[in-house]
Amino acid sequence: MTTLESSTDTTQMTIVAAIQSALDVALGLDERVLILGEDIADPIGGVMKATKGLSTKHGLDRVRATPIVEQTIVGTAVGAALGGYRPVAEIMFMDFLCQAMDQIINHAAKSRYMSGGHSPAPIVVRAMIGDSKFGAQHSQALESWFMHTPGLKVVMPSNPYDTKGLLLSAIFDDDPVIFIENMGMSYSIKGEVPTGDYRVPLGEASVLREGSDITLITYGAEVHPSMAAAQSLEGEIDVEVIDLRSLVPLDISTCVASASRTKRAIIVHGSTEFCGPGAEVATQLNDQLFGTLDVPVARLGATYSPVPFSQQLHSIPTEASIVAAIRSLRQRDTVGQSPMNV
Amino acid sequence: MTNTVPDRPALEWMYSTMLLAKMADERAALEARKGLLQAALYPVRGLEAVCAAMGVAMTDQDQMVSSYRNLGDALSRRIPLRTIIAEAYGRMGGTSKGKGGTMHLTDTERGLVATTGIVGAGMPIAVGLGLAAQLDKSNRAVVVTFGDGATSIGSAHESFNLAALWKLPVVFVCQNNQWGEHTPLAGYAANPNLAERTAAYGMAAEAVDGFDPMATLHTIGRALDRARAGDGPSFVECRSYRLTGHSGLSDYSYVPKEELAAALERDPAPTFRTWLEQNGHVDSATLQNIEHAAEATVDEAFAFAQESPHPSQDELLLDVYASPEGVPTR
Ligand SMILES: Cc1ncc(C[n+]2csc(CCOP(=O)(O)OP(=O)(O)O)c2C)c(N)n1
Ligand SMILES: [Mg+2]
Repeated sequence: MTTLESSTDTTQMTIVAAIQSALDVALGLDERVLILGEDIADPIGGVMKATKGLSTKHGLDRVRATPIVEQTIVGTAVGAALGGYRPVAEIMFMDFLCQAMDQIINHAAKSRYMSGGHSPAPIVVRAMIGDSKFGAQHSQALESWFMHTPGLKVVMPSNPYDTKGLLLSAIFDDDPVIFIENMGMSYSIKGEVPTGDYRVPLGEASVLREGSDITLITYGAEVHPSMAAAQSLEGEIDVEVIDLRSLVPLDISTCVASASRTKRAIIVHGSTEFCGPGAEVATQLNDQLFGTLDVPVARLGATYSPVPFSQQLHSIPTEASIVAAIRSLRQRDTVGQSPMNV
Repeated sequence: MTNTVPDRPALEWMYSTMLLAKMADERAALEARKGLLQAALYPVRGLEAVCAAMGVAMTDQDQMVSSYRNLGDALSRRIPLRTIIAEAYGRMGGTSKGKGGTMHLTDTERGLVATTGIVGAGMPIAVGLGLAAQLDKSNRAVVVTFGDGATSIGSAHESFNLAALWKLPVVFVCQNNQWGEHTPLAGYAANPNLAERTAAYGMAAEAVDGFDPMATLHTIGRALDRARAGDGPSFVECRSYRLTGHSGLSDYSYVPKEELAAALERDPAPTFRTWLEQNGHVDSATLQNIEHAAEATVDEAFAFAQESPHPSQDELLLDVYASPEGVPTR
């Protein structure tokens, strides 16, 4: 894990605390950092409490609660960025990014390009993937939409340390970044996090677990069931787990290096499998490693359906379905070893 | 609709509906607190009178678009409580086979054609339903409910303008509970008089005391009359107060104590009960019968929901399209 600058004091943080800490550090480092979003000012400090205390400490001028106006939150962020500021917009559930899509896709993403490099819009848009108990409009994983839009960077951390380090990198990055959190991890995942400034660079995957039989590539919340699946297969199948951490830029070389050793790779994600991020990763691996892999690269993503409300219907990969997918990949006949060729 | 008191069956239905909304709401919160109900819940406490009024003012043919805060709206369309609760439990007996959940109650037969979890998104949809009603040359009107906070959304304003321009039979019922999630109205609107603001679009816009079921009934009734007469849309701002937190178990210690206490003094169902009895509209024995029946209905609805089967795995890929054929299997 690379850090550009390290600070020695660390403390246990949830992911929400890591976000709060990153925003606090950024507001302290640079007067031009602004935060915009619904209910983000104290006493509420955001619906997930990620901005708790920040308006009190840094002022309501810089930590600004807005009406329910997603389109205008992002549009205002774009304008403020063109005006020299570094705005961070909080859009609560990722599904509400749909409201702001025009400003994100038509403006933030391509402002630099259309102006011949003169008007970049270095904003950060934070949003989270929700939970099926809120139904299909509060649980979508839409990262591939943004990956598909040139000009945007897309970041999806899985733990508190990366969350803070990546968010700080995103805020001071010169391009617009879509920063995707996950409600299910907000309070449940804890870890040691430096209290001061440090950066995790965008575009560097991290190898969370070394293994020799299979490469499992994942990111965001699916890192946790993937790690659990790898652990539960210990002694049976030796699984290497890679956390991409950012999807654009995409660190394909870490994936290639791993898969060229293990000869079998699978990509696991919570967004829809069809046309999902795994399609891009699999294609790039197949392109670079064609003929050297034992079997084609596999994918495991969500089923082709809106997220069902019923907890009995499973659309998104679980530890059990990941275990099953790894086993089936392991058992798949090696290419070129069919009886015809023996 | 004239400003008269409706007949006794209607009054009894209104009281029963207000009670059902209040009791089902409280029971759902209790089940959620016990961890037995895993659903996002948006209480309707404070809106009972508005919902009962809509139920009497609207006809069976009228249509409604609602939001996540929809329990009272659904009861106003006479949707059986058991199917509403079964949906909250994610069961086959629910309005959407357990696939939509609390935010997406739908019963097209009873005119609840869409509910959205996206703030403000119901209004353009109501414009489209209004257009269909107008093209059909029907006598049907469309009511769309939404909160005060939803009036901040751009497409709300686009909808007001378009509905007024095309003189569509739409009634915009703003359920103003004074809070947009955790922010008070005056904290997000430079002009907090929403009716005044909306009148500028060239449509009738009235504010009414949303704790007063008769006044609300008459105001919504006039708006529906205008819609049916071809006089175009109306905006009705029902001024109420949120008697709970924003969502099921959310903290609301930030709500000013005096404001909340004053609103609780006017708690719609008990206040209506007193009014009905004191004015001799309904006798106390009948009121008690309504209360017992409401209790039984709530018990039965929760029992039905808990016993209703879960959807089978086949349901996962059904209803994505008209036919499951050709749907990517992964
Ligand atoms: C477009 C969008 N933004 C934000 C939210 C999150 N949210 C849910 S309810 C709500 C408050 C809405 O306030 P109001 O319109 O007054 O309705 P109320 O909840 O008070 O009934 C917010 C911000 C959402 N569901 N949709
Ligand atoms: Mg409100």
